[in-house]
This record gives sequence, C-alpha cells and structure tokens, in this order.
Amino acid sequence: MKRYNENTRLVPVPSTSVIPDRDVGKLPILECRHLGIDFGGLTAVSDFNLTIGRTEIAGLIGPNGAGKTTVFNLLTKVYQPTRGIIMLDGVDTAGMTTAQVNHAGIARTFQNIRLFSRLSVMDNVLIGLQDSMSYSLPAAILRLPSYWKQEKVARERALELLSIFDMADLADHEAGSLPYGAQRRLEIVRALGTNPSLLLLDEPAAGMNPSETAELMENIVKIRDTFQIAVMLIEHDMSLVMNICEGICVLNFGKVIAKGTAADIQNNPDVIEAYLGKRKEGE
Amino acid sequence: MHLFSILISQIINGLQSGAIYALVALGYSMVYGIILLLNFAHGDIIMVGAYAVWFSMAHLGLHPIPSMLLAVAASTLLGVLIEKLAYTPLRSAPRLSLLITAIGVSFLLENSFQLIFGAGAQTVPNLISGPSLQVGSVTVSFSAMLTILVSVICMAGLTFLVQKTKLGKAMRAVSENMSAAQLMGISLNRTISFTFAMGSALAGVGSVLYLCTYGQASPTMGSMLGLKAFVAAVLGGIGSLPGAMIGGFAIGLTEALVSAAGLSVWKDGAVFAILIVVLLVKPTGLLGKPMVEKV
Amino acid sequence: MNQRKAVLPMSARYLINAALCLALILGLKGLSASGLLSDYFTKILILVGINIILAVSLNVATGYLGQLPLGHAGFMAVGAYTGGIFLKSVNAAAMSGAPLVLTIAAAILLSGAVAALFGVIIGVPALRLKGDYLAIITLGFGEIIRVVITNIDSVLGFDFTYGASGLKRIPKFTGALNVFLCVVMTCLVIHMVMKSRHGRSILSIRENEIAAESCGVNTTFYKVMAFTMSAFFAGVAGCLYAGNLGSLQPGGFGFMKSIEILVMVVLGGMGSMLGSVVSATVLTILPEALRSFDRYRMVVYSAALILMMIFKPSGLFGDYDFSLSRILEKLGVGKKPAGKEDAR
Repeated sequence: MKRYNENTRLVPVPSTSVIPDRDVGKLPILECRHLGIDFGGLTAVSDFNLTIGRTEIAGLIGPNGAGKTTVFNLLTKVYQPTRGIIMLDGVDTAGMTTAQVNHAGIARTFQNIRLFSRLSVMDNVLIGLQDSMSYSLPAAILRLPSYWKQEKVARERALELLSIFDMADLADHEAGSLPYGAQRRLEIVRALGTNPSLLLLDEPAAGMNPSETAELMENIVKIRDTFQIAVMLIEHDMSLVMNICEGICVLNFGKVIAKGTAADIQNNPDVIEAYLGKRKEGE
Repeated sequence: MHLFSILISQIINGLQSGAIYALVALGYSMVYGIILLLNFAHGDIIMVGAYAVWFSMAHLGLHPIPSMLLAVAASTLLGVLIEKLAYTPLRSAPRLSLLITAIGVSFLLENSFQLIFGAGAQTVPNLISGPSLQVGSVTVSFSAMLTILVSVICMAGLTFLVQKTKLGKAMRAVSENMSAAQLMGISLNRTISFTFAMGSALAGVGSVLYLCTYGQASPTMGSMLGLKAFVAAVLGGIGSLPGAMIGGFAIGLTEALVSAAGLSVWKDGAVFAILIVVLLVKPTGLLGKPMVEKV
Repeated sequence: MNQRKAVLPMSARYLINAALCLALILGLKGLSASGLLSDYFTKILILVGINIILAVSLNVATGYLGQLPLGHAGFMAVGAYTGGIFLKSVNAAAMSGAPLVLTIAAAILLSGAVAALFGVIIGVPALRLKGDYLAIITLGFGEIIRVVITNIDSVLGFDFTYGASGLKRIPKFTGALNVFLCVVMTCLVIHMVMKSRHGRSILSIRENEIAAESCGVNTTFYKVMAFTMSAFFAGVAGCLYAGNLGSLQPGGFGFMKSIEILVMVVLGGMGSMLGSVVSATVLTILPEALRSFDRYRMVVYSAALILMMIFKPSGLFGDYDFSLSRILEKLGVGKKPAGKEDAR
C-alpha cells in the first residue's frame, strides 16, 4: 500500500485535518453494475457499467440528452435507480439517501449552479464542512468550548480550501453576488469540504472562457493530486476532457457506447458517428 | 325504516353542500392548474357574491333573478380584478410571495366587508322557493334539487369549455408549459384572466346556491367554506377538474355522515383530518399528477 | 474573517450585550418603581413582548427554514392551555416567593416542551411535503388543534379545557419583567442556534434543498429541528399569554391569529430577527396608540401585506440583522470582524 506523500500537498492540511490519508489500493472507488432508471415508460439510462479507480480522473461525455446528468443523479441518489448496483469503496449504496451517499464519499456540483446564494461564501463552504463539526445543540446555545474549537478549525479549513482557487479573500461576500466562474469554483470548494473520495463535476467549465478553462484544468488535476481522490466530470469542452481524463466513458441515448482512453475514444468509429459527427480530414 | 330515511336525507344534504363545495373547488383547481397558486381569496369571492345578492335585493330592491345575475357578474369581475391588481405583478416572484399575497387579499376582503357591513350576518330569506319532492318518507327540498342540478350543469359546461373550445385548449396549454404556450402565440394574460373569470363565475354561482340553502351572508362565511372547498380540491387532486368535483361531493357527504352519526361538533375536524390523511398518503390527491423537480 | 484583527474579543462583546440587557431590566424596574410606567403601559409592554416571541419563533420556520406554516396559533394554543392547566392544577395562585418563581419557570418550560412535542408530531409527517402543501397541512393541523380543544371535554367526560366556555381563573403571573426575560432568552437561543452548524444547515435547506442534501445535510432532521424550535417558543408565548389574560378561549387561536403573526414576520422581513422584533412592536403599539384605528387594524394589515409583497417582498429589513459589533465598528470603537454577533 502506498502512503500518500506529505510533500505533494499543494494546500497545507492542518494537523487536525478533516482529510485523512488514504490508501491508494486496488479496490476501485466506484463500481456501477447494470445501472438503469426508467421515468414512466421511458428508459433514461440502461445497463450502465463503470469502474473508477481511487485517484482516476474520469470523463463522462455524450450528446445533449444522452443521460449524463441522470447518471450523476443516480450516483448521488437524487433519483433512486430502477435497476443495478452502485458500489462505493466496496459498499453497496442501495437504500441510501442523498445525504448518506455524501457521507459515504460522493460529492458533486450541479450543471445549473446550486449555491446557497444568500449566504456568504464562507457559510457555503462551512455547510460543506458540516461533518467535520460534531458539537451538540446545547453546546451551540451555551457556546461551550467545543463550539469555539470546532468552528475555528472549520473556518481555517474553509479558508484553505478556498485558497485552492484563490478565493479566500472573497469569504465574506454573498455567494450569489460572485461572478459566474467564481460560483462554479465555489461549488467545487463546497463539495471538497464534505471530504469526498469521489468528486462529481457536472460541466465545470460551462460558461468559462479558454483561459479560465485552462486554469480549471490545472486545478482539477491539483485537487486530485492534493486530496488523492477520484474525479468524474461531465463536460462538453473536448480539450478539457481529452487533456485531463485518464478514462472516458461515452453515453448515447442512455447507453454506454464506448469506454477507454482519450486516444481510444477519438478513434472509435461509433463515437465519431454518434457524438463527434463526421471526421474532418487531417485531424 | 326511520333510520334509513334519516340516512337518505342526510346524504341528500351532503350532496347539496357537496355541490357547492365542488363548484368552489373547481375555481381553486383551475387557478392552481394554471399559475400554481393557492388562491386563498377564492372563498371570499363567494362572500362578495352573496353580499351582492343581499345588497341588490335589500337596498336596490331588485328581483331575485337579476340580483343573482348581478352576483355572478360581480364575482367574475372581482376575480379578474384581484388577478390583475395583486397577482399579475408577482407572476415571476417566488411562490411564497404569491401565496402570502393571496392570504392578504382574502383578509382584506373579509375585513373590509366587516368594516362596511358589520360583523353580523345578513339574511336573505326566500331567495327561491318551489315545490319539494316527496319520495316515500324522504323529503327532498326544492333548494337541494336546484343546487345539485345547477352545479351539475355548470360542471358539464366547464368540462365542455375546457375540452372542446379554443380557449379551453389555450388554458390547458398554459397549465402544461407557460413559456411554450406563449411561443405558440397564446396570450398569457388573456388566458390567465379568463381562467380567473371562469373560476370566479363558478364561485358566484356557488354563492347564489349557498344563499338558497342557508339564507344568510356574513363577512367570514367565505373562509370556512373556502377552506373546505380547498380541502375538496386537494382531495381530488389539485389541478384536476374531475378531481375537484369528486372531492367536493366527498367532503359534503363526509360532513353529512359525521353529523348523522351525532358528531356534528367534530365536522370541521373530520374534514381537516381527511386533508391531512390525503396529503400524507397521496399528496397529489385522487386524480392529480405528480410533479418532479428537475435537477 | 479570521485574517482580520479582532480588536474586541468575543467575551467582551458578550459582556457588553449582557450589560445592555441588565441595564434595560434595571431601567424597567426603576420605571415601574417610580410609577412612571403606568399599568396601562406595562400591559402594552407585555403584549409587545408576547408578540415578539411569537413573531421571532415563526420567523425560524418561515424566514430561516423557508417554509410557510399556517398553524402557528395552534402551537401557541397548546402552550397556553398547557401552562394554564398546569398553573391551575398546582394551585399556583396560593404560592408566593421562590416556589412561585420556580412554578412559573416550570410552567413556561413545560408549555414550550409540550408545544415542541406537538411540533415534532406534526412536523415529522408535514415536513415531508413542500411549499403550498406544507402550508395547507399545517393549516389543517392548526384547525384540528382548535377543534380538539373546543370539544375534547365531551370525549373525556370531565373538565379539561372547558371547551368553548373557556379556561378561566388562570393565575395572572405574566409581568413586564418575566416577559422581558423570555424575550431575551428566546432571541438569544435562536440567535445562538442560527450562528452554529445547526443553524447553517437550516439556512442551507431554505437556500437550496437538493444542494443541501448533496452536501450531506440531513434535511429531514433539520427541518423538524427548526419546526420544533419554532413550536417551542410559540408554546412559551402561549403560556405568557395565558398568564396575562387569566382566561383562554379556543376561538382566539384560529387561522386568523396565525395570519396576524405571519404579517408581523413578513412585514419585518423574513429571515431578519430584528425585523420581526420591530414589526411585532410597531404592530402591537400602533392599534393601541390609535384607539380608533383598531377597527381598521386588520384591513390595514392585509393591505400592507399585499403591498409589501408587490413592492418590497423582502420586508422592511430584508434579512439584515442587528449587530452590536457592526454598530461599534461604525462608531469607530475598534476594528472587529464583521460577524453578526448580536445577543439580542
């Protein structure tokens, strides 16, 4: 078993860290088998099989309406799957609620940003850091030492997480007043706060300009390296997907039509036909 | 045989009040179906209608028939006016704001009428009289027959209007998808106003039937009547017209049967208990469609 | 926040707030002792206090949790009858001194606890629903509480709530001082909860329920918690109300009362404790100050509600809250973090 190296940390983790060191063993972090869901008579996703390694960056691509966000909703139990099994870190998530799946290790962002927009940036991250605090209601009312201690640690941790995206100085701003790109980044920070082992990013680069996208790419890799977690992302920006995703899964009409590395996918005739369209000469 | 005839006459009472609930419930359901608003003021439109009958008979000295028509016209106008003044400015506001506004309108109407006409009830005696029907030992009053008949006609008319006419199609389109309907060239304002007008006209008819049955109007009559009609709409599945009709009759019958069992003080409690059970077991009601939030 | 220099430590800020409260209590005592505070004004102050507790407690469910319960008067009724029956059954009227104080404290806590229990019983099923449906089901529960209080005696076969004729001869223990203490405690506890991980979870549900769940917030638990807290303080207010009037009628706890409380919260600004306090105060004093106005009270309230929704839906104060730190900061007493650290 490989221990995760202290020197590779880009963001210093305090000694009271909420992020424990993780083993990078062979057990995959996520394993879906024959996952499927029907809405009424319509099959939105069927026979979805996928395995994601502990520190893999995986891409989920496909044309609009292919069922990509539905897969995320199934993984996070926003929708209960009709069929199939989701194993997270070797644990079957059947019967779990969205919150329980989050406790088990999946955090996500949303395609249409869902921030707590009237709360401050700091509060948004603190809600993500919810589980790092355990003081009771009476302790909060009486402001016992456990309250002060845990709040202080959580606030420091929040600032550190924000500093990944250079957002620490925005902590007091109202989340809804941030520019679009910053809101997307804040959602990632909030998700990281929940100490996930698998981070799901739903179109993280949507609405970003090329330089912001490039920066985001770097940050996604940085997050993976720092926290040693798996990242799965839905994205339409092919440069992002092809550059950073180690494994790519292509979905069309709710079915997986191809899986593999960027090179495999780019040369797969089914994908080219279903998704990328006609191949241009010289590409 | 005696018990049986009591039961039958209670059932007829139940159908009579149920018919009124059904008419009012239709208004709730139509408005909810189209703009997702629980129009709390709907019950008070009935109150205004009843006052219109009383006022035109007692103060303007009109014959009952024109008074009734006047009441229906006044209710319709009021419904549209409320929609234009209070709800249109809030069409894009959060649903909570709209709901609070509706509660505000309801209280404004109740309290203004209390201020103007006093808190006491105004009696409208002998609005309509006619022969009653004797079937064995059971007497069916003229008002009961009239109420049930008129409400059934109204419901049939409304169903025809919604299913077969162009305006009805527009209403259904708007309730399905407001922006898509607009893109298809349907005038949103006109369709919504029309929905309010229809719902309020039915409430106006309801107010006349109420007066035929109970013979008096008070400023707060609309609140309990409205709440119960509203329970009826929820029971049937809010947004569903046949559901509202079924719900109305079901509530009327429940009340009559609870009273027949000698528990009339628990009548209101029973109605609200039904509401709670329905909401917990099947929040979409008997015939309502489930709504799924898009993630 | 913590990168800035905290010149005035937390403990000092709590001390200042505590000193302010103490000064107010002493001021109240002094005023009533010197006779400057007539019985009439005391009466109004008590009413103001009760309404503040009601509005602030409803604000927890409406402003912070973002739901619209329409049965707040039901919880108040539960508290009022609990307090009333308790005080009568222990014969508090014959007590004096320390036992009386303890009995009153017990009555207030018991009223809150029983109301909170009802909050849980009603909240668990009701909070499975959202928005409009939640509003209606709480309305239904509120009405059922009223119907049950009116008719329970006929079922039990003995006098318990005294039905429609009303529960009478409750010891009139409510005074300006204990109301003031309850107001301070209510605001303090709610404030402390809202500025903690529990409060943030409640706010996150208001902001975006699906996102809150995805962040691991157990939304059902926190909804019930907020609802129960709201019910608890409504019960406390109910007990004070019973001790103020000395008699209770079930008719006084109808839908109308729930709406009156809602008006206070909405006008003050949903989510602002300061807003609830100010608007409860104004809406209680105004009808008293303008006696002839009382007739128009509900008309004006409802019109104000509609106009507010159309022109300023966020209420007078939005979700702005009083902050001692911020005021001191503006006065230049010292640069402190911009946290909202009021204790009132």
